Amino acid sequence: MFYYSIKRLLMLIPVLLGMTLIVFAIIHAIPGNPALTILGTKATPEAIHSLNRSLGLDNPWYVQYFSYLKDILSGNLGTSIQTHAPIASEIWPHLAATIELSFIAMIIAVFVGINAGIISAWKQNSFLDYTAMILALIGVSMPVFWLGLLEQWGFSIKLQWLPSIGRDDIRNGVDPITNLYLIDTLLRGRLDQFWMVIRHLILPAIALATIPTAIIARMTRSSMLEVLKSDYIRTAKAKGQRMVWIVYKYALKNAFIPILTVIGLQTGLLLGGAILTETIFGWPGVGLYIYNAIQYRDYPVIQSGILIIAFIFVMVNFIVDLLYGLFDPRIKYR
Amino acid sequence: MDETLLKVEGLQTSFFTDDGEVPAVDGIDFSVHEGEILGIVGESGCGKSVTSLSIMGLLPSPPGKIVGGHIYYKGEDISRAKESRMRKLRGNDIAMIFQEPMTSLNPVFTIGEQLMEAIRLHNHLSKKEQVERSIELLKLVGLPRAKELLAEYPHELSGGMRQRVMIAMAMSCNPKVLIADEPTTALDVTIQAQILDLMVKLNKETHTAIIMITHDLGVVAQMCHRVVVMYAGKIVEEGPVKEIFSHPNHPYTEGLIKSIPDLHGKKDNLYTIKGSVPRPGSIAKGCLFAPRCEFVMDKCRVNAPELSGSVHKSRCFLHQEQGRKEVHT
Amino acid sequence: MSEPLLQVENLKKYYPINGGKFGSVSETVRAVDGVSFTVNEGETLGIVGESGCGKSTTGRMIMRLIEPTEGKIIFQNRNIMELTKREMRKARKDIQMIFQDPFASLNPRHTVGHIIEEPMIVHHMGDKRQRQKRVEELLELVGLSSYHAKRYPHQFSGGQRQRIGIARALAVRPKVIIADEPVSALDVSVQSQVLNLLKDLQKKFNLTFIFIAHDLSVVRHISDRVGVMYLGKVVELSESENLYNDPKHPYTKALLSAVPIPDPDIKTERIILEGDVPSPAHPPAGCAFHDRCPVAMDICSIEQPHLKTLDDGRLVSCHLYN
Ligand SMILES: Nc1ncnc2c1ncn2[C@@H]1O[C@H](COP(=O)(O)OP(=O)(O)O)[C@@H](O)[C@H]1O
Ligand SMILES: Nc1ncnc2c1ncn2[C@@H]1O[C@H](COP(=O)(O)OP(=O)(O)O)[C@@H](O)[C@H]1O
Ligand code: SF4
Ligand code: SF4
Ligand SMILES: [Mg+2]
Ligand SMILES: [Mg+2]
Repeated sequence: MFYYSIKRLLMLIPVLLGMTLIVFAIIHAIPGNPALTILGTKATPEAIHSLNRSLGLDNPWYVQYFSYLKDILSGNLGTSIQTHAPIASEIWPHLAATIELSFIAMIIAVFVGINAGIISAWKQNSFLDYTAMILALIGVSMPVFWLGLLEQWGFSIKLQWLPSIGRDDIRNGVDPITNLYLIDTLLRGRLDQFWMVIRHLILPAIALATIPTAIIARMTRSSMLEVLKSDYIRTAKAKGQRMVWIVYKYALKNAFIPILTVIGLQTGLLLGGAILTETIFGWPGVGLYIYNAIQYRDYPVIQSGILIIAFIFVMVNFIVDLLYGLFDPRIKYR
Repeated sequence: MDETLLKVEGLQTSFFTDDGEVPAVDGIDFSVHEGEILGIVGESGCGKSVTSLSIMGLLPSPPGKIVGGHIYYKGEDISRAKESRMRKLRGNDIAMIFQEPMTSLNPVFTIGEQLMEAIRLHNHLSKKEQVERSIELLKLVGLPRAKELLAEYPHELSGGMRQRVMIAMAMSCNPKVLIADEPTTALDVTIQAQILDLMVKLNKETHTAIIMITHDLGVVAQMCHRVVVMYAGKIVEEGPVKEIFSHPNHPYTEGLIKSIPDLHGKKDNLYTIKGSVPRPGSIAKGCLFAPRCEFVMDKCRVNAPELSGSVHKSRCFLHQEQGRKEVHT
Repeated sequence: MSEPLLQVENLKKYYPINGGKFGSVSETVRAVDGVSFTVNEGETLGIVGESGCGKSTTGRMIMRLIEPTEGKIIFQNRNIMELTKREMRKARKDIQMIFQDPFASLNPRHTVGHIIEEPMIVHHMGDKRQRQKRVEELLELVGLSSYHAKRYPHQFSGGQRQRIGIARALAVRPKVIIADEPVSALDVSVQSQVLNLLKDLQKKFNLTFIFIAHDLSVVRHISDRVGVMYLGKVVELSESENLYNDPKHPYTKALLSAVPIPDPDIKTERIILEGDVPSPAHPPAGCAFHDRCPVAMDICSIEQPHLKTLDDGRLVSCHLYN
């Protein structure tokens, strides 16, 4: 296990390198000159040229790439063209907002998805099963933005139950410590604000969780159906074990590997999905950050934002890989 | 010794499939006495597994359902018992082991976890006592390194060892009846010999009655006291093993015995029963064995013979004729 | 005495398996480890041993479905290992195989007629009409009916499917048939039908059989000579009469006594072997059987025994017979 982790960790290096290369390449393939964006359309050719030089844009691509790599490794993500602030310090509050939203969404997706899948499989071909699977079908085919708008219209505008925009109320802002508001409000002992943060989280989290919930539910169902038919489940029944116990303890652990894989992939996709959700719900996360940067052609910010999302994606899947062994002792770490 | 533990009366189990009702078990009667080893023998598809699953209340349902008859355990009809009642009986009074030792243990839990669960389900023991009992059980079934085994996973064990673990698990609550559904079919012959030896030993030491389900008459001859021969969902012959092997009454039983290749002495051609096993429910009238029987008579195609006799029973007109003649003379 | 049609010399198959800390190749599975035997024209050689001892691998190497790591396979006085692709195709025609699993070895989407015809197409035999006529002949030959040609495998029982497999093997008029546990998956009453059929066909076409089985009971009836394998090696090989009436190798004895005898009055003293067959990746030193052998001696764990010819012509690999 230890050697395996090390080996996997070493294998991450080429993956991460490739990732930086791709991000680097994409940005450079996009038409438009950053110097022009910075200086405005009235800039003289001389000014553009000298800015290009000071930004290093006149060097060959590989020199640019290596200096970019060097910067990343030293924790320097560049400066935002728009705000002139270092991105590394500016991005954290956004990242924290995204992590908080994604995390809650994923918890909803895992909890609801797995339980719906289990019950569907256990009560195969029952009314419950059909209902859950039709909902799952709707869930995967529902466009996120449409669901988001529907939620806002129903729960914020019509019923006025929940807020539709932002992480907190403008007049009652959270005083950040870690920028993870759920934690911050607790640290400051502000239970009223904690509740407010949760109310803000509900709608965007549900919108974001819909697709992963549906996919996890389907995967759980098919994986569980397979397992429930197996001989060792029959053995457990022959011992006199209760069905609830058999399903949740025995079967689930066996069915978990494919579910875990889906959870890993969905977490990654969820980060991508966050961009859309964040713009709809005015959620000040990385998604919104990138979205604004795109409008402003703030290339360093776009680059860093994408890089960080890709990095999280890779890390999540790395963790999932390591988790496999926890659920299946037959997986040999070599 | 003579107390009847399990009594199956007119049991009928069907599967309701897209092609209609399949009468997998079609009215069988037999009983199991304390401490005996009863063999149930027959070719694949004759309803052996369905019989055992019906007793355990573990039929896959749907499509399987007990549609007639009764199963009495110590006088109590369990054929339609509530699930909660069956859970108390399973593992504690009636235990079962299966054909596939490779897949019958849960791959993601250790041997110890699975064994202790079986113990815990029907006994109130402390954690320490559970461990001790587990070690004791593993030793009982002849597994070396009992203590280390507790922490190992099924995939680290060979097929023979897994079947021993299954037996240990089945024996954990000192059941009165152990149903073994082809426990050695998937194993090599030398390992089969070990397992059969172990089962006979357990039967002698603990007086647990064993229902030994097999397709191998050799296994029956070696270890069973009585035997039930099944064909297409019905019992065609029943009696003490020695009787059945020395005087098989039913042509099917006789054919099965004769078609086993002999280890000593070489014949030019093996005896064969022509044709193959019919699908359950495919023969509408007359004796089920008539299409394959070499003694078939006209009436066999019209009327179905009944199971008759007292200690040694059989379902064949041939024998009933002779029997009557013997009575007359 | 007929001359050897097929001769196998020191056949080996080693599989490298991954192991070790960083995925390096660190172990080899010795699936078949130096097997030699001859098969005469028209006779049946039985090969018996518990699962994993290398029977199938041996059979498949003769077909060259698996490339041997080492060794010679001499068929009709030519080493198959040295044949060109073209010559090998011709040789393949002469050696056919019947498989254990009558369910898995027939393509469910093809008609039985097509399944039997296919090897003839592959080897360019006859035209369409002739081939179809032969399919019908073959079906009758194995005890099915010509109208079965239009049906699909799933419409047949296990025994019938095995007959289809046999018809397919016979289609190209082979000289040698390698039957890999052909009756292991069948019911007792059907087993004997298939065994009888194989024997009849052998007489009719002067076929040479290599008959693989995992226990001794089935092989007795059909084999002229029997080889017993343990962990990739032949431990005893002799006329079947001798082997059954007077087994020499301790493993053969155990294997023979492990077969349950269908007679409750015979209570033989059974030799019950302890433990399991060791992994072919880690065979015990010395005699590979020594950790289970009831009569093992000191030398057995040190020195490997070799096949020796005894007075009656049989081959045994055991220190007891030195
Ligand atoms: N799940 C099932 N669905 C439909 N039919 C079944 C099912 N299980 C068993 N059967 C039928 O019951 C018959 C008896 O099966 P079984 O008891 O498993 O035979 P065996 O004697 O080989 O154990 C089979 O021929 C089959 O037709
Ligand atoms: N492709 C393979 N890779 C590694 N090991 C193999 C492979 N094929 C077979 N083996 C091993 O070789 C041994 C002999 O296999 P096989 O010839 O199939 O045995 P048998 O037919 O006697 O049961 C077994 O231990 C098996 O695990
Ligand atoms: S009743 Fe008739 S057909 Fe049936 S087994 Fe007896 S003799 Fe044969
Ligand atoms: S060589 Fe020794 S260990 Fe091997 S079979 Fe002979 S007596 Fe037994
Ligand atoms: Mg069965
Ligand atoms: Mg094989």
